[in-house]
Amino acid sequence: MTQPTSNDPRQSNLRVVGWCLAGVVGMFAFGFAMVPLYEKFCEITGINGKTSGRYEMTQAKEADVSRLVEVQFVASNGADMPWQFRPEVETLKVHPGQPVTIRYIAHNVTSRDMVGHAIPSLQPSRGTRFFHKTECFCFQQQPLQAGERVEMPVVFIVDRDLPADIHKLTLSYTMYDQERMPAVSSVEKKTTKTKDNG
Amino acid sequence: MGVQVRQAMAGLAISLLSAPAMADWTMNMTPGVTAVSNEIFNLHMTILWICVVIGVIVFAVMFWSIFAHRKSRGAKPANFHENTTVEILWTVVPILILVGMAIPATSTLVKMYDTEASDLDIMITGYQWRWRYDYIGEDYGFFSSMSTSWDEIYNRTEKGENYLLEVDNPLVIPAGKKVRFLMTANDVIHSWWVPAFAVKKDTIPGFINEAWTRVDKPGIYRGQCAELCGKDHAFMPIVVKVVPPDEYNDWLEAQKEAAARERELTSKDWSLAELVERGQRVYAAQCVACHGAEGRGNPPIFPALRGNERMLGDLQWHLGVLVNGVRGTAMQAYGDQLSEVDLAAVVTFTRNALGNNQGDMVTPLEVRDFKNAQQ
Amino acid sequence: MGSHAQDHHHGPAKGISRWLFTTNHKDIGSMYLIFSFAMFLIGGAMAMVIRAELFQPGLQIVEPNFFNQMTTMHGLIMVFGAVMPAFVGLANWMLPLMVGAPDMALPRMNNWSFWLLPAAFLMLLSTLFMPGGAPNFGWTFYAPLSTTYGPPSTTFFIFAVHIMGVSSIMGAINVIATILNMRAPGMTLMKMPLFVWTWLITAFLLIAVMPVLAGVVTMMLMDIHFGTSFFDAAGGGDPVLFQHIFWFFGHPEVYIMILPAFGVVSQIIPAFARKPLFGYASMVYAVGAIAILSFLVWAHHMFTVGIPLFGQLFFMYATMLIAVPTGVKVFNWVATMFRGSMTFEAPMLFSVAFVILFTIGGFSGLMLAIAPADFQYHDTYFVVAHFHYVLVPGAIFGIYAAVYYWLPKWTGHMYDEVLAKTHFWMSFVGMNLAFFPMHFLGLAGMPRRIPDYALQFSNFNMISSIGAFMFGLTQLLFLFIVVKCALGGPKAPAKPWEGAEGLEWEVDSPAPYHTFSTPPEIK
Repeated sequence: MTQPTSNDPRQSNLRVVGWCLAGVVGMFAFGFAMVPLYEKFCEITGINGKTSGRYEMTQAKEADVSRLVEVQFVASNGADMPWQFRPEVETLKVHPGQPVTIRYIAHNVTSRDMVGHAIPSLQPSRGTRFFHKTECFCFQQQPLQAGERVEMPVVFIVDRDLPADIHKLTLSYTMYDQERMPAVSSVEKKTTKTKDNG
Repeated sequence: MGVQVRQAMAGLAISLLSAPAMADWTMNMTPGVTAVSNEIFNLHMTILWICVVIGVIVFAVMFWSIFAHRKSRGAKPANFHENTTVEILWTVVPILILVGMAIPATSTLVKMYDTEASDLDIMITGYQWRWRYDYIGEDYGFFSSMSTSWDEIYNRTEKGENYLLEVDNPLVIPAGKKVRFLMTANDVIHSWWVPAFAVKKDTIPGFINEAWTRVDKPGIYRGQCAELCGKDHAFMPIVVKVVPPDEYNDWLEAQKEAAARERELTSKDWSLAELVERGQRVYAAQCVACHGAEGRGNPPIFPALRGNERMLGDLQWHLGVLVNGVRGTAMQAYGDQLSEVDLAAVVTFTRNALGNNQGDMVTPLEVRDFKNAQQ
Repeated sequence: MGSHAQDHHHGPAKGISRWLFTTNHKDIGSMYLIFSFAMFLIGGAMAMVIRAELFQPGLQIVEPNFFNQMTTMHGLIMVFGAVMPAFVGLANWMLPLMVGAPDMALPRMNNWSFWLLPAAFLMLLSTLFMPGGAPNFGWTFYAPLSTTYGPPSTTFFIFAVHIMGVSSIMGAINVIATILNMRAPGMTLMKMPLFVWTWLITAFLLIAVMPVLAGVVTMMLMDIHFGTSFFDAAGGGDPVLFQHIFWFFGHPEVYIMILPAFGVVSQIIPAFARKPLFGYASMVYAVGAIAILSFLVWAHHMFTVGIPLFGQLFFMYATMLIAVPTGVKVFNWVATMFRGSMTFEAPMLFSVAFVILFTIGGFSGLMLAIAPADFQYHDTYFVVAHFHYVLVPGAIFGIYAAVYYWLPKWTGHMYDEVLAKTHFWMSFVGMNLAFFPMHFLGLAGMPRRIPDYALQFSNFNMISSIGAFMFGLTQLLFLFIVVKCALGGPKAPAKPWEGAEGLEWEVDSPAPYHTFSTPPEIK
């Protein structure tokens, strides 16, 4: 009839609708696919400052004693988190390649048992790929009883390949109250997620 | 466009635009006080003038057509509808102009991302609706809240010169030093912006961002939160005081000492009489203007404290009003303006003086717990 | 409007069921247009509240929280309730007439996609009366302000967005099916009128990005109610991810609101210049290029969130490139006017104003693309000025031009030219008065979305408010003009405009209820 492209209008309309719906479903899925894609992209490039997961040293490297890099440690609390949370030292000069241990101190000042979880972030983001944690309290959740105080270690190595124009790295942890999280299922999800991204 | 021509035009623009800027007719971006902010200003003016020139040419052709090629003037329509040469030309020429814009823009951007070692690092944390500044490595930090009164905002008194752009505790940084800002937020996304430095960076909960500045000229610079962060987004200004390095060092030492003294006082074992005595001084300085020397206030605008049953009956409520203020009234949130000692003192004072004799008290440590619990 | 139809087959059904169950593209087009104008008035009333509060410094009319609800609802209603449905209405009315088809390809789905809209917007507007108030986090609803910190009504907002998304997608599928399958014999793709072309590309954009919007609000819903943490750092999520997904939708969305207006103007300028459109093929390619580039520039809305240098550079360059095809379009319109024989009836006035003012909006867009300078422009009134310059004289003037151009075809009467010109000039002056000073405010440092401002911004805000009131009141005149034209007026001939071209002018005015039951021949 009126169709320049097909003999049966119903058939060709159905075909167009089919293709369009496939596009709609595909793009809806793509929206969700952006979540892991973005995470992977951040991990490779370090763009959101999320430090990568546990680092396994494949070959021991000598420390580069000719160079000193300043590493700063900061701590924040998430909203409604009453713990006292701070690094044992605020700043440290380290040689690239040298494993260093520092401690963060968390103190549950309230009168109830709580579970906290620290989320790491690093600046400058260009340095994220060159900052390796071999041990970190941020890999798991941190339960603290009422009034309990713990020292939590982080072991890290600044990569010898850190670009020469980066002189300072700032490692930040934000401590979040996990009971604020709405549902139990999210805790499981979180645990696996944080293992992925540090 | 030649550099001289550009500069001349930019100069003309500045003089044209800044002439009426005396009053409240500021029409252009500030060149600012840092190398980066000046570069950005020049970039802005360059692009603006390129746009103006292109606009003038295109609109000139258009207005000429509108004027000359109208039916009422007897214009007969031509019939051309394509011209490959012209079409290629007006595709290629804009590309070249864009390349010309991209070069200086790239160079400025690279400078903004410079990671040379800084002299000083400050952690900025956005809260609903105030800022916290922590001097990294100095174990010192403080909150900075808007100091404009609600009376001014609700048009009950005349607005001051720096209406909405004034804070209780400005950020203090040394002149001539590279200052690196690390930014995060406690609750929602905020954005820390001081136009004179051309520093604007979002503060994102759970993540840190960085920016830097080097200000050579001492002075007071003002800015505002730039990212919608809820109800009082308009009311979390930024004030930065740039002082000579010596003055900065003295200031920092004095602040740290004062903070240490306050901490000692907080954990001291206070008696009711001591708190009442100290509270009287706080009351005279902070409260007397509204609530009156005898606590009678001026109801219903300023409630009486003398015999106030709600207040006397519920100590937690009393403390909450003092710490958080009462929105839409003149009662400010004193939680961050007064130390824990002063908060405890003034609460204890109002319960045991001004004709009240409740006999109970609040210690500074209890105030701290109260603030922690509600944070 | 279509009720005047005199036709040889069967006419429309009588009473309310005509409108509820209609599958006629003209009826549905009219309903879309009336609905979008109602939304335009509601969203406009909210803009009036905003400008009244900003008339002078201090809080005098509304509380900050309500102010935020107004800015949010104004944005959502204007984007999803006014501009998009208006273009779908124009598409419904005109696409079948322009390609020589008897109706849209999927008439029953057409009915459904319209009737979803009132449901969606009733739900959205009802949030104003809910405890905690309407959404107050801006039309961009950034997490976590809209998730952890959102009002309880956020859930209804999410469902409303889902419903209007489904409506838009169905509308887009219908447009694609109509254009691909229903063209009259002999009308090849490159013979299609530009309005048809721009709508075809817009429909593809809608299919590509509305599902992404649905996805991002679904993630919000899950974060709020089902304990996930896509956007909550406390659970390992990232609030910035929200912005990436939102703007992946949001930037093409911007072009969804302007491309059909490009098409309208490309129909009207040749008609009133009495000269063929200059560079038809390059116009088509330019629209295509803009649509493709729109997927590669989203992060220019996020230059201050902390994107690394290479990201900033990529998005800056890609954004600047959009100036090239956009420039080509503007040059083509000017070349079409050049050496024409022009008259300036209302459609032409709106179209010429469109070209000038949209270009100004394009210039400020180019300035915003320069990443280092954007650190000073971002989230200030300069941005507000920019997008109102591309949306008000862009999308809205484009819609007005289209309505005046085709009103004789719809109603069978000529509209009142004197009133229409008054409408144009009042809108033109009011709009510039309202939005031009916003450039100055933004450059001087006034952040957007604030209910109160520092004293140095007082003068320009007052001017801006006066302009906004003028623009707002003027739109009631438009309502009067359209109603007057629908009720009566000089009889319109089949082709009321001397230079107009296209199949829509070959049917009577008003267009009969059924047209092109037998397809026309294309020469």
